[in-house]
Amino acid sequence: MTIFRDIGRYLLMIKGMFSKPENGKMYWKEFIHQCTEIGFGSLGIVAIISVFIGAVSTIQTAYQLVSPLIPPSTIAQIVRDTVILEFAPTLVCIVLAGVAGSRIASELGNMRVSEQIDALEIMGINTKAYLILPKIAAALLMIPLLVVLAMALGIWGGRLAATASGIISGSIYDKGLLEFFVPFNVIFALIKAYVFSFIISSIPAFYGYYVKGGALEIGRASTKAVVVSCILILFADYVLSAILLPT
Amino acid sequence: MIEVKNIKKTFNDKTVIQDVSAVMKAGQCNLIIGTSGSGKTVLMKCMVGLFEPDSGDVLYSGHNFTTMNVEEKTEIRKEIGMLFQGSALFDSQTVEENVMFPLSMFTKDSYKKKLDRVNQVLHRVNIVDANKKFPSELSGGMKKRVALARAIVLNPKYLFCDEPNSGLDPQTALLIDKLIQEITVEYNITTVVNTHDMNSVMETGNYILYMYQGNKEWEGTNREIIFSKNQRLNDFIFASEFLRDAKDMRMLEESGKISNERNMDALLDKDAATLVPPPGE
Repeated sequence: MTIFRDIGRYLLMIKGMFSKPENGKMYWKEFIHQCTEIGFGSLGIVAIISVFIGAVSTIQTAYQLVSPLIPPSTIAQIVRDTVILEFAPTLVCIVLAGVAGSRIASELGNMRVSEQIDALEIMGINTKAYLILPKIAAALLMIPLLVVLAMALGIWGGRLAATASGIISGSIYDKGLLEFFVPFNVIFALIKAYVFSFIISSIPAFYGYYVKGGALEIGRASTKAVVVSCILILFADYVLSAILLPT
Repeated sequence: MIEVKNIKKTFNDKTVIQDVSAVMKAGQCNLIIGTSGSGKTVLMKCMVGLFEPDSGDVLYSGHNFTTMNVEEKTEIRKEIGMLFQGSALFDSQTVEENVMFPLSMFTKDSYKKKLDRVNQVLHRVNIVDANKKFPSELSGGMKKRVALARAIVLNPKYLFCDEPNSGLDPQTALLIDKLIQEITVEYNITTVVNTHDMNSVMETGNYILYMYQGNKEWEGTNREIIFSKNQRLNDFIFASEFLRDAKDMRMLEESGKISNERNMDALLDKDAATLVPPPGE
C-alpha cells in the first residue's frame, strides 16, 4: 500500500508544481542557480569518468579483438557506439543520481525539517513550484548537455588510450569513428538523457520534500532517493532500449 | 482580528484539538499556552493553513480562510508574518538576503528601496552590522530577531510567533517579548504567540488561551490569571513554590492588602522560616 500512496503523492507533487509564479524574476534566478549547481557542479566528475570510461573501453575492446580478420578501426567503432549508447547516458546519469540527486534530497530535506519550507508556505509561495520546478527544469537542460560532453570526452579518452598504449594510431581511430555511424544512436542517447534527468531530479525532490524527522531521516531520504533513482534509471534504460532500438 | 470557530483536528484517529474557539484581537498579544502536547502548535498551524482542520473555521477580519481557494489563501498569507521556533532562516542566504526575500518575491521595488526597508526593519529589531552574515554566524537571540525582521518586512496585519523564547536566556527572552509587544502596538498587528514561558504570559498576555489535552481550558488576561480558580491552569502557571509565592504576593498587591510594589521583605520573611537549619547542624 505504501508504494501506491507514494506514487500518488509523487504525482500530486508534480501536478502541484504547475502554477503561476509569484515573481518570474525570482523563479528565473532560482533556475539559473540550479543550472550552476547541477551543471557546473557535476562537470568535473563527469569529465573524469567519461575520459576513463573511453580509455578503458578501448583497451578492453582491443584485448578481446584478437582475430587478424577484424580491421583495427573496428575498435574505434565499438568504443564510439558503446560510449554513445550506454556509457555516456546511463553510467553518467547513475553517477549524477549520486552527486546531484543526493544534493537535491538533502537540500530539500534540510529545508523541511528546519521549517524553511513552512516559512515559504506562510509567505504565500507555492513551494513545489518555487523549490522543485527549477531543479527539474535545470536538470532537463544541463544533464543532456553533460551527456553530450561525456560522449565527446569518452571518445577522446578512447583515442588517447589507443595512441598512448600503441593499440592503434590516431588516424585509424579517427577513420573508425566515421565508419558505420548511425546518427539515431545520438538521438536515442539524448532521449535516454532526458528521461534520466527527470528521474534524477524529481525522485530525490520527492524524498527530500516529504521527509519527516531530523538529520538521520535526511540521510536516509538521501540514500533512498539515490537507490530508487538508480533502479529507475536502469529500468527505464531497459524499457527504452526494448522500445526504441530495432533488433 | 482573527476568529477561530470550533476547530477540530485529528491525526490517525487521535484527536489533537477538540472544538476550540477563540477571538484574537488586533493591536494586542494573544497567547496560546499549555503543556507540551496540549495542541497549541497544531492550533497555530491550523490557523495559518499549514494543517487543514477536520472541521471548524478560521476567519481573518471576517473572511473565512478555511473555505478559500489557493489564490485567495495566497492573498491572505501575504498579510501574515510568522516567527518560527527554530527561526527558519534560509541558511544559504545572508541576513540581508533573508529579510529582503519577501520584498523581492512580492514587490517590484528597486534594490535601493528594498535595501532601505531591510535596514529599517533590522534597525527596528536592534540588529546592526550583520547584513552580510549568514545565519550560522548568529546567536540564538539574533536569529530570532532577524526572523522577526523578515516576518514584519512586508508590514503584515497578522503576526504568529511559535515559541519565540525557546532556547534563549531569560534576559534575551524578555527582549524578544518586549520587541514583539512593541511591534504589535506600533503596527496595530494581530499577534498570536504560542508559548509556555511564564515571563511572556505575565508580561505580554493581553489575551491568554490555555489549552489542555486539545481543549480550551481557560481564557482571560494576564491580570485575571492571578485570580483564576482553575486548578489545571494554576498547576501549569504556578508550577514551582517560588511562583506560587509570587502569585500570593501579586494577589495581595492587586487586592490592595499590601502596597503595590514588590514586597520582598515579606516574601523573604516567609522563606526565612523554611531556611532555619535543623537542630544539631
